[in-house]
Amino acid sequence: MKHSLALGTTLFGVWLLWSGHYTPLLIGCGLVSCLLVVLLSRRMEILDEETAPVHLGLRPFIYYAPWLVKEIVLANIDVAWRILQPRMPIQPTIVRVKASQQGEIGRVIFANSITLTPGTVSIDMEGDIITVHALTREAAEFEESGEMDRRVTKLEVPD
Amino acid sequence: MFVTAVAAIIVTMSLALLRATLGPTVFDRILALNVFGTKTVLLIAVMGFLTGRPDFLDLALLYALLNFIGVIAVLRFSKYGHFADPELGR
Amino acid sequence: MEWFVNIVSGLCLVIGSLFAVIGGLGVLRLPDFYTRMHGAGITDTMGAGLILVGLMFQGGFSLVTVKLLMILCVLLTTSPTASHALAKSALHFGLEPRVVEKEAGS
Repeated sequence: MKHSLALGTTLFGVWLLWSGHYTPLLIGCGLVSCLLVVLLSRRMEILDEETAPVHLGLRPFIYYAPWLVKEIVLANIDVAWRILQPRMPIQPTIVRVKASQQGEIGRVIFANSITLTPGTVSIDMEGDIITVHALTREAAEFEESGEMDRRVTKLEVPD
Repeated sequence: MFVTAVAAIIVTMSLALLRATLGPTVFDRILALNVFGTKTVLLIAVMGFLTGRPDFLDLALLYALLNFIGVIAVLRFSKYGHFADPELGR
Repeated sequence: MEWFVNIVSGLCLVIGSLFAVIGGLGVLRLPDFYTRMHGAGITDTMGAGLILVGLMFQGGFSLVTVKLLMILCVLLTTSPTASHALAKSALHFGLEPRVVEKEAGS
């Protein structure tokens, strides 16, 4: 029930945002179509904590996003500096990182964070082992230190 | 400064196109296509501000979604050779 | 106040454009497919992010800013997913990444 509610509210919010016309007829149309989508998703049984991750709450945005943005900016400056140098001091490395998250959504956040940080790309995933291609040795060592893994795992566990 | 941004985005798009032409593998071309698509979204958004018509943002979002679906579709095609269910081709 | 917002947004736009061009150069210059993906990563995160934040400052507190934020969220969620799918299919296709040294166990 709380998943349906979360999906419905999000859909209707997006409808209000993008339509821009606030007449009773158009808002009614939006309400009907949002309800239809929620009903169809329930019938297809795809509405679970994977499609509507309400159990994470706002924690990813408050605790994780600011740290991730800081890391992305630092990594960007480093990679940009390396590209601009004529000799390009890069050491492509492949490392394997263990993902210690319990749920699917936690692993998705972790793998996407690795890819989002320039200098590291997750290229394969088998079970809980993620293969990471790193542009430099420092970037590979950062992934192996497991700080990002710990921070994502902390998001999953309710306080 | 909008003009600067537009010029930089167009330069980036040409660089991506150059990579798409040079190849050498099909994955390089898809990567260049992905970069090109992302820059299209930015170009539409900045052009909307440059011409004073922020309505262009709706189109930008549409292109962002289309770009993602396009890359996944091309990947599927290059993997199986057709768009049908992988089990059907056997 | 007006000039301050203009300066900040102009700075974001110019730095974002700079990173976009650097990323494009990276896509062109880097030696093999897997390293080129890192160049594409720069244009997708810092380039797109800073340009859209610069536009948000111009939009002020309005519907335009919320729409720009939505576009940024969509770009930041879809671009790593597309990159991962691309790298994974290249790896399964048999394209070997060029590495300087093999780590133990790989």
